Amino acid sequence: MAYTPDKPKLPESSDELRARIPGWGADLDPKDRPSVPQEIFDPGFSGAHWEFPERQPERWPRERSIEHKFLTPVFGTSCPPRGLSGAIRRFSYARFSEGRAAHWLLLLAADRVDSLESRLRPPLTPTGTRSELSHHGLRSRLGRNRADAGHHLLDPVVVAAPWIIGAGLAYAVVRRITR
Amino acid sequence: MRAMVYRGPYRIRIEEKDRPVVEHPNDAIVRVTRAAICGSDLHLYHGMMPDTRVGMTFGHEFVGVVDEVGPSVQRLKPGDRVMVPFNIFCGTCFFCARGLYSNCHNVNPNATAVGGIYGYSHTSGGYDGGQAEFVRVPFADVGPSLIPDWLDEDDAVLLTDALATGYFGAQLGGIVEGDVVVVFGAGPVGLYAARSAWLMGAGRVIVIDHLDYRLEKARSFAYAETYNFTEYDDIVVHMKKITDHLGADVAIDAVGAEADGNLLQHVTAAKLKLQGGSPVALNWAIDSVRKGGTVSVMGAYGPMFSAVKFGDAVNKGLTLRMNQCPVKRQWPRLFEHVRNGYLKPSEIVTHRIPLEHIAEGYHIFSAKLDGCIKPLIVV
Repeated sequence: MAYTPDKPKLPESSDELRARIPGWGADLDPKDRPSVPQEIFDPGFSGAHWEFPERQPERWPRERSIEHKFLTPVFGTSCPPRGLSGAIRRFSYARFSEGRAAHWLLLLAADRVDSLESRLRPPLTPTGTRSELSHHGLRSRLGRNRADAGHHLLDPVVVAAPWIIGAGLAYAVVRRITR
Repeated sequence: MRAMVYRGPYRIRIEEKDRPVVEHPNDAIVRVTRAAICGSDLHLYHGMMPDTRVGMTFGHEFVGVVDEVGPSVQRLKPGDRVMVPFNIFCGTCFFCARGLYSNCHNVNPNATAVGGIYGYSHTSGGYDGGQAEFVRVPFADVGPSLIPDWLDEDDAVLLTDALATGYFGAQLGGIVEGDVVVVFGAGPVGLYAARSAWLMGAGRVIVIDHLDYRLEKARSFAYAETYNFTEYDDIVVHMKKITDHLGADVAIDAVGAEADGNLLQHVTAAKLKLQGGSPVALNWAIDSVRKGGTVSVMGAYGPMFSAVKFGDAVNKGLTLRMNQCPVKRQWPRLFEHVRNGYLKPSEIVTHRIPLEHIAEGYHIFSAKLDGCIKPLIVV
């Protein structure tokens, strides 16, 4: 077909699709779609009985984005920052906005430090790789033409990296001391 | 209580943790009965999301029974069976007042660009999630809903994110009757988005993935035409060929941060964490959609930059639409669709895994073993 004004013909008409597919066209009218338009000003819809919520007690200095005017009235209390990773996280929140790559790169670095710190606390953690034996690890991959099978080999490297880096650092320290 | 706990990339285990307590007058404590692992949980599991702390409990798809309520809670009482949207939201801030519940400004001190999400790193507010026996649910009068008597618990847990997100993704596509819709990704959200596109009057729905068993599900569950991108030298060219070289009217990215199809993109994003996400599916969506078309992004990406082909989007005059789904807004209409039999959420569930074996569950889902599409966690 040449490039013309017409919309290419569809393989099935609307009537055929309505007959074949349960519910076809049930939301054809945008008015029936709950997020059309995406913004609808209706402050009463949520059922909230406050204009500004009561404030949750702050039990330790809660890190927050410097793009916020104040600590939000409600926040999560999982895993307060601790150790070196906590110090990096606090610095990242205190110094850099969300718009700065440094903010996210420091937080990612803190995650790696946190992971290393946790390795110092036994015991070993399962990786779920036993399921390779119980849930057809080979059969799920071989002959399947999967795009992800190649880089699965990198996963153990990601898991082992903190061990390797830690061992390298320890070796360097010991070598420096014994010289 | 027993809870899934993150110990570092690819490493999780079940630990005994303190039962959560009421920390705000409008909190509820919910005893979880059913949870799910979401594809976006894998980004945390793989260490991609900044500020994912060792010790955190993941899980933003869960249902359960109210165990305790704070003093200001009026709409729930202990013993109520509830489904909880993955968004934590106050209901009254500037954004909530406009229905943007996923963008609430009062629940996430760690970031202004993200709302609050259960068990989704400190970047999403630092809340523990529902892959545990108990979970703290803030703003209990606003977020949770009672599970209707007629709604199966497995269907209910899928309404807390995956189904609502897929349905929302189709809405953002602005589909009109007869539109050609291409969905990248045949995971749970992609399958639901493809199925929802028909409800909005699509004339043709195409699903792209590299896993044959998921494409088979796309054909049987979502009535979609499917293509395995590994069988084509260039999936974008193929998309043009099958749309008279115009492109689809609407493209939906239902893959997100760990997209395959370009090893460099995948490794720099998912393994080396140098990008917020691997934008392979997003770039294919941009290149596959017609000029003037719409790209709806439902895939989750991290807050860092990603190598997106923005120039193509500009030159083609595309409309790019995206957001985390404001789940609760979707429920009244989705209840009707489930009740009418138009959507059958639990048809895509492939695995039911006890909480004790959640480490295996994550590995099976992550490595796509055993035909896994959607694993539920039985608590």
